[in-house]
Amino acid sequence: MLSGPRAGCRLVGVRVAWLAVAMRAARTFVEGWPVWRQLTGSDPLGRGHAARSRATDELQNRNATADRVVDSICPYCAVGCGQKVFVKDEKVTQIEGDPASPISRGRLCPKGSASKQLVTSPDRVTTVRYRRPGGTEWEDLDLDTAMDMIADRVLAARRSHWQDEHDGRRVRRTTGISSLGGATLDNEENYLMKKLYTAMGAVQIENQARI
Amino acid sequence: MAECHPVGFQYVMEAKRRGATIIHVDPRFTRTSAVSDIHVPIRAASDIAFLGGLINHIVSNELDFREYVLAYTNAAAIIGPDFVDTEDLAGLFSGFDPEQATYNHDSWKYEGSPTDTRHKKGTDEDLDASRAEAAGSGGPRVHIKPQLDETLQHPRCVYQLLKKHFARYTPEMVHEVCGIEPAQFQQVADTLVHNSGRERTTALAYAVGWTHHSTGSQIIRAGAILQLLLGNVGRPGGGIIALRGHASIQGSTDIPTLYNLLPGYLPMPHASQHQSLDDWVRADEGAAGFWGNIRDYGVSLLKSWWGDAATAENDFCFDYLPRLTGDHGTYRTVLDQIEGKIAGYFLVGENPAVGSSNGKMQRRGLANLDWLVVRDLVMIESATFWADGPEIETGEMRTADIGTEVFFLPAASHTEKSGTFTNTQRLLQWHHEAVAPPDDCRSELWFYYHLGKRIRDKLAGSTDERDRPLLDLTWEYPEHGVHAEPDAEAVLREINGTGPDGAALSSYTELAADGSTRSGCWIYCGVYADEVNQSARRKPGHEQSWVAPEWGWAWPANRRTLYNRASADPDGKPWSERKAYVWWDQTLADGQGRWTGHDIPDFIADRHPHHVPAEGAQGPDAIGGSDPFIMMTDGKAWLYAPAGVVDGPMPTHYEPPESPVSNPLYPDQQHNPARRSYPHEINARNPDLSEVYPFVFTTYRVTEHHTAGGMSRTLPYLSELQPEFFCEVSPGLATERGLEHLGWATITSARTAIEARVLVTDRMRPLRVAGQVVHQIGLPYHWGPNGLSTGDAANDLVNVTVDPNVNIQDKVGTCAIAPGRRPRGPALLQHVAEHRRRAGVPVDEGKTP
Repeated sequence: MLSGPRAGCRLVGVRVAWLAVAMRAARTFVEGWPVWRQLTGSDPLGRGHAARSRATDELQNRNATADRVVDSICPYCAVGCGQKVFVKDEKVTQIEGDPASPISRGRLCPKGSASKQLVTSPDRVTTVRYRRPGGTEWEDLDLDTAMDMIADRVLAARRSHWQDEHDGRRVRRTTGISSLGGATLDNEENYLMKKLYTAMGAVQIENQARI
Repeated sequence: MAECHPVGFQYVMEAKRRGATIIHVDPRFTRTSAVSDIHVPIRAASDIAFLGGLINHIVSNELDFREYVLAYTNAAAIIGPDFVDTEDLAGLFSGFDPEQATYNHDSWKYEGSPTDTRHKKGTDEDLDASRAEAAGSGGPRVHIKPQLDETLQHPRCVYQLLKKHFARYTPEMVHEVCGIEPAQFQQVADTLVHNSGRERTTALAYAVGWTHHSTGSQIIRAGAILQLLLGNVGRPGGGIIALRGHASIQGSTDIPTLYNLLPGYLPMPHASQHQSLDDWVRADEGAAGFWGNIRDYGVSLLKSWWGDAATAENDFCFDYLPRLTGDHGTYRTVLDQIEGKIAGYFLVGENPAVGSSNGKMQRRGLANLDWLVVRDLVMIESATFWADGPEIETGEMRTADIGTEVFFLPAASHTEKSGTFTNTQRLLQWHHEAVAPPDDCRSELWFYYHLGKRIRDKLAGSTDERDRPLLDLTWEYPEHGVHAEPDAEAVLREINGTGPDGAALSSYTELAADGSTRSGCWIYCGVYADEVNQSARRKPGHEQSWVAPEWGWAWPANRRTLYNRASADPDGKPWSERKAYVWWDQTLADGQGRWTGHDIPDFIADRHPHHVPAEGAQGPDAIGGSDPFIMMTDGKAWLYAPAGVVDGPMPTHYEPPESPVSNPLYPDQQHNPARRSYPHEINARNPDLSEVYPFVFTTYRVTEHHTAGGMSRTLPYLSELQPEFFCEVSPGLATERGLEHLGWATITSARTAIEARVLVTDRMRPLRVAGQVVHQIGLPYHWGPNGLSTGDAANDLVNVTVDPNVNIQDKVGTCAIAPGRRPRGPALLQHVAEHRRRAGVPVDEGKTP
């Protein structure tokens, strides 16, 4: 229990200590105020340390917590800018320019910079959709079933439009199957497409490169 | 370039800081113009007149880089006496067949050439583009080395023919045709000439402003002639830089899904000429240069595809290849769809309902299929035409009447699969799978591999000879992951090719015709050299030379600049120290000498600059020491094309298919006489000089969107940056037609009418052409009805008329423009029909004289 002069001293001491704490807190508050640091420090324009706070200091680059960074190439135009794809929890969290690329030297244009939205867009359709002949709505369809239906249709069209000859000359082809696309595909994909279509005998095979 | 290839444009800005003069030639003023030294506004589609004016300035004043021109081009070659120029035939070259609208090329050849029996009048091969485009990695063949007059005085030498052909392209004529002031033209001409020669080089960069024309190939040819005269090909800082618009559009021609080509620009066989492997190689085999080894490349491809089933006894399964009989290009195919001749259609990362010319024609084709497979990331217009396309709104189509069965299969994005893109400088770069694709999304590699597996399973046991190509196909690839994704590296290794021991090959020079080697694309041979995926190399740019040879892999043989032997003089010394790139070093190889330099020499490494081939030498052995153009059968670059270009040996200005003026250069020849048109009620053409359609429109891109919009209109950032379809018009046109800035305009052609927000801007400048003011309307073509940012599709306005060399459409046309929104429903059809009636467009059929 506190009583007597010593107690008073202690009380005063406590008050002083409290005051000191309060003043320190006030000073911390004021000094924590960017404009104070701007007026009293060496950063009058508030463009350096005066503008920093603990929150700033504790901020972490979202890429620093990525599980991995994967080398990629921008999918838009044909300049071929290098991309770094940041992945966390098996999701793409950011896509940035690759400074190592002698082509792009770390830069991306508005499209390349927005490509995280391209790959993570909620507007992406991620399941098979099916519209039956004359149908007015999309329906769901299992991927395996869709693949089987497409294989059947390819074989039927191949057969129904088969030509052994055209104007008396051997052509061994089908004119029932056409294809168009896409210059955003990989070379390996175009290669398998051309290989399979040619083996089918399909000739009306075209690409954006024509357009 | 600043608009559509912004990151590549950093080097243009760097060059400018180092003193380069930047000239921008474009109908519109863009972000490129804003930072260029000179902006030259030009009438869309008048490029040959402009380039021809520059060529005329150089040859008539003999300002060419004469040593380069004499040594490395065919300037001195003498052309046969039967050739007649457009100057003497009122705009036609000799050999024109008006019935077929094609040329017989016999009279265009070097003097003394044998008659080519392949180009017979009226045969269907003249109607297909396969031969012209097969020159994508090499030149068309000529059968003889030309006779030369190195004084360039012979009246039938190429230099004199060029001089005569372009004499008409004076600065005044350039003014008349292009709307470019003579003073500005002179400034451009002087700048180019002063910036070319031993010490300096000039680069030309172009995009679809040059290619999307019914004279597109000839515009590029004109650029090539200009650069060759100035000595700017095969040298650092020179060249003609094609700025291609898609991540792997170069790859899509190298390994084509194109009807007329096999991988590596080998031609698809044609029924009238190629019934055997011998037939197929006959025209090219043994010709001078590397194209002469076509049999090695062809047999290696057949071995890649049909493996052990392909033997010398069965012609390596050559007969398994389907044969062409004419035009099977995309626009012909769409008309065939409309006519009910085609059952199925695969659209693979492609949106023709917005991105191809004449959208109505595209959608009519889509609506008349048995089945359609669309593979894309988002619901594009080509997948939803049956529900909400423009023709549903007008009542031309009813959803319930459309019998097309539609499968939408979601695709994997570039971060969800591994593989290579080939960029615009032929550089293959590998991108790695970062995450697995979600739900049903799959790569195209997965789709086609598994589709092939299913088809082969269903055909198993078939004894039908027609099924042998599918059953004998090499179709085994390692699978990985839960989705059984085929291994893209294994496919790349097959593309590269393997030798008799099964090991990856290092170079196409190792390919053989005896069946002992395999290679899926001969020009890509070396991308998997030493069993290493060379395309995945990522040695940082700052850790290697400025050529950066250890980043990715460029075809052929990792060469970064093609035909770089031309960077040295005929003796093998650099033209100047400042422009040294590749040279002959006699001290190498124990004094035997070798080509060396900053890049991999695009030449036979030990061939001395003074080497003269032995009489009768064939293939690479026939390349002389000072013949830099090793894919050309005469080793020279062609100022005049004696073969390979179907609409003339020299570029000639013709008006686009729709034009508000008469051709000032050749009044009797308004259009490219060899253009290919598709007469059809749905593809009607506006009459020339029509008062109903008095304005020129041209389509283009903006930075913030990508082609038909499937990869940009669904992104919030990009949609916010460019939220709406707009048209750019000059203040003069706005006043003339009462158009208000930010208001609406209706733009009408014989195909349809579309609406756009109006941007009134000085960026579009009216030009004085052929004595009248021509207004041009700019239309970015990215929009369609789906996505976050929507609008009418500019390509719906475009008539399909194509370049006869490559079957690529003209993007320029004429139109009417009026304030306000377009009519809705059936009233839109009445609006279009009313314009057509007033303009005199035939009702039943699109063909106009």
